[in-house]
Amino acid sequence: MKTGIVFAGVGGQGVLTASSIIGVAALKAGINVVMSEVHGMAQRGGVVVTEMNIGDAKSPLVGNGEADIIVGFEPVEAYRVLRKAHPGAYVIVNIEPIVPISASLGNQKYPDVSELLSNMQEVSVYPVEATEIARKLGNIITTNIVMLGALSSIPEFPVPKESVIDAIKEKFPPKYHNLNIQAFENGADALSAVFH
Amino acid sequence: MKHSNILVPDTGHREFLLGNEAIVRGALEAGVNFASTYPGTPSSEIGNVLFYIAKKAGIYFEFSTNEKVAMETSAAAAASGLRAMVFFKHVGLNVAADAFMSTAYIGTKGGLVIITADDPSMHSSQNEQDNRYYAQISGMPMIEPSSAQEMKDFIKYAFELSEKIGMPVLFRTTTRVNHVRGIVEYGPLGEKRGKGYFEKEPSTHVPLPSNARRMHRELLDRLEKARNEANHSPINRIELHGGKIGIITSGASYNYVADVIEHKGINANILKLGLTYPFPDELVREFIKSVDKVIIVEELEPYLEQNTRVIAQRLGIDVPIYGKMNGYFPRIYEYDPDIVKSALSVILNKKYTGKTVKAKDLELPPRPPVLCPGCPHRATYYAAMMALKQLKIKDAIITNDIGCYTLGVQKPYEMADYLLCMGSSIGTAVGFSKATNQKVIGFVGDSTFFHSAIPGLIDAYHNEANMVYVILDNRTTAMTGHQPHPGLPVNGLGEKAPYVDIEKLVRGIGIDFVKTVDPYDVNATIKLFKEAITHNGISVIISKRECALLWDARRRKQNEWWVYEINQDKCTQCGICSDWLACAAIFKKKAEGGKTRMYINDALCDGCGVCATVCPFNAIDKKVIK
Repeated sequence: MKTGIVFAGVGGQGVLTASSIIGVAALKAGINVVMSEVHGMAQRGGVVVTEMNIGDAKSPLVGNGEADIIVGFEPVEAYRVLRKAHPGAYVIVNIEPIVPISASLGNQKYPDVSELLSNMQEVSVYPVEATEIARKLGNIITTNIVMLGALSSIPEFPVPKESVIDAIKEKFPPKYHNLNIQAFENGADALSAVFH
Repeated sequence: MKHSNILVPDTGHREFLLGNEAIVRGALEAGVNFASTYPGTPSSEIGNVLFYIAKKAGIYFEFSTNEKVAMETSAAAAASGLRAMVFFKHVGLNVAADAFMSTAYIGTKGGLVIITADDPSMHSSQNEQDNRYYAQISGMPMIEPSSAQEMKDFIKYAFELSEKIGMPVLFRTTTRVNHVRGIVEYGPLGEKRGKGYFEKEPSTHVPLPSNARRMHRELLDRLEKARNEANHSPINRIELHGGKIGIITSGASYNYVADVIEHKGINANILKLGLTYPFPDELVREFIKSVDKVIIVEELEPYLEQNTRVIAQRLGIDVPIYGKMNGYFPRIYEYDPDIVKSALSVILNKKYTGKTVKAKDLELPPRPPVLCPGCPHRATYYAAMMALKQLKIKDAIITNDIGCYTLGVQKPYEMADYLLCMGSSIGTAVGFSKATNQKVIGFVGDSTFFHSAIPGLIDAYHNEANMVYVILDNRTTAMTGHQPHPGLPVNGLGEKAPYVDIEKLVRGIGIDFVKTVDPYDVNATIKLFKEAITHNGISVIISKRECALLWDARRRKQNEWWVYEINQDKCTQCGICSDWLACAAIFKKKAEGGKTRMYINDALCDGCGVCATVCPFNAIDKKVIK
């Protein structure tokens, strides 16, 4: 058994941090995990994708049609990795767009978010206002932790919530624990009504 | 992971480690004494971890000026009987190649491990050369790990092998091993040796032709010992799953093969090779004799395949071999589970590919890497672009170099016309200035300047090139994750260190026109560019401003944060901030009433304020976040 997860977003949104927190959480829960990330030039504003297999796997990459969960930190980036999902997969999407420079220079259009979501067929789509939730908490930088809360509320997500919270605490200095745990809980609350 | 977790002494402790972090752990378990590097993706995090722990662990570590220097420092340490490790990206080995080739002849006393981090698919490189051929060309044993755990275990093995046969070992990794995170179980930390002692013996350390002729013969003798090791090495292993299909693989490809045959229930035996040069001829011979079909799965060049085909031909083994030489696997870009599934589907005539969701082909706006919001390079490029416009120069040749700033190639700046390799901005600028009558401007980063642009700048001065040379001094090696360089007052051990003043260095060459400017002062920078471009002879601009990410991190820590926002009453949508400065945080959106308006994304804005400086209508205001 393995669970394939693809995290997709924009550099600066904390995609790498969020996915490695899940990796540490899996280790804490005694579950095998292998993950791939790409580092490189200019860290903000470009596409960031990490792939992860939790459970019985050696490959850090998720094949097309092998993702059970897609965690989209940004609507267009979620759509871009949709081919990774199998029919019936969960797709969690932060609905606040980050308009790329190609669209703001005017030669490309940023599609309507509702159009993107309605075209994600054959999968179960769960929109989350993650950036807005983080903004209301007073720190937009916690958007990624809001997304982890949403991810952890999926019934089939194999890593216990407590392990994720432990991993969050390990990641940040104590003075940021309350803020991040609140972000996590608010993210979980955003979807818990749907799942339970 | 906290950097200090790499030092946990407990055997059996488990950490979720990046492949590069696991290398450091492996080196510690091997009792490494000495390490050197020039940062390059995908090898950089090895150095980042050492930077934090080397002093505490009692290891000497340096960020060398370039890969050749790194190779030389580690070779000398190993010649003194210490265990030394040098690491860089694949093209870094090209820079180090001169020293590298000689170390194969001279051999080593203490273990010497040379890590080359290859980058199939060129995630952050200019080519995807397969450095496994460097093992062949030099005659140096080579090891290829597949996972984070193997990164750790095989490094230790590499040191032992190096000392056993008295020669350096090439440790070849790829992006999907360096940048994989996995669970790694620790072994005991190794004993360190303290200071080394170099025993003088010129006949074995100085490759004069008379010595080198003997050394080459000795090298071949050592390689035969190494071949015997490869045939019996525990890191070359056979995984039997029944059936008469045999798959030979190494490195990252092994993971995809192992998962596909397990999850699809394919009966195939795997020969997983970890020590791939010298080629384990006897092991491969027995394996290919035991099966009806041989499938070879490896990224990039057909290295395993060529060697396997040679064995089959030499020994008259008549078994079909499927690889890239007969078109079953691609010879470019990295592999993934889909490539392996598709190829096995064709070779075994079964369908292994699964169902993917059907998604309408929407036209999505591309999101290539861009200069970060607040990046001082953006301000410098904006100023250069404006200066050229004001001087009505349209055909200036812009040579560029390797760093984040290569992204100046993008619109609207278009500040890169020619690029070869690290440091090439200056040599090529000299060439263009002599070969044409066009204006020539070269751009180089601070770390790249130290790495390999100084000899070119001496060339430019001595040969009287007519050009502008811009040193983008952002006070760090930014692209690879903010390592120090010789221009900064800190060394690889995190200690205070003497630093090289770039302006003094350039003046020391004899160049008179050298001026330093802060690129956030946009008007002064435009003025300086115009002065430099119209100057006859060589002019050097040092555009000095710390990398925005470092500045951001410091302010986040101090809880001082502000962003900029557009005052919609004053904004005339002139487009200077969005289309000419082109900051990645500024975007246009249709507002109510259908009118397009400018906005600044508060999640991306870092508060540099350059947009407010260039706005002709004072329509951009600072907003402090509490």
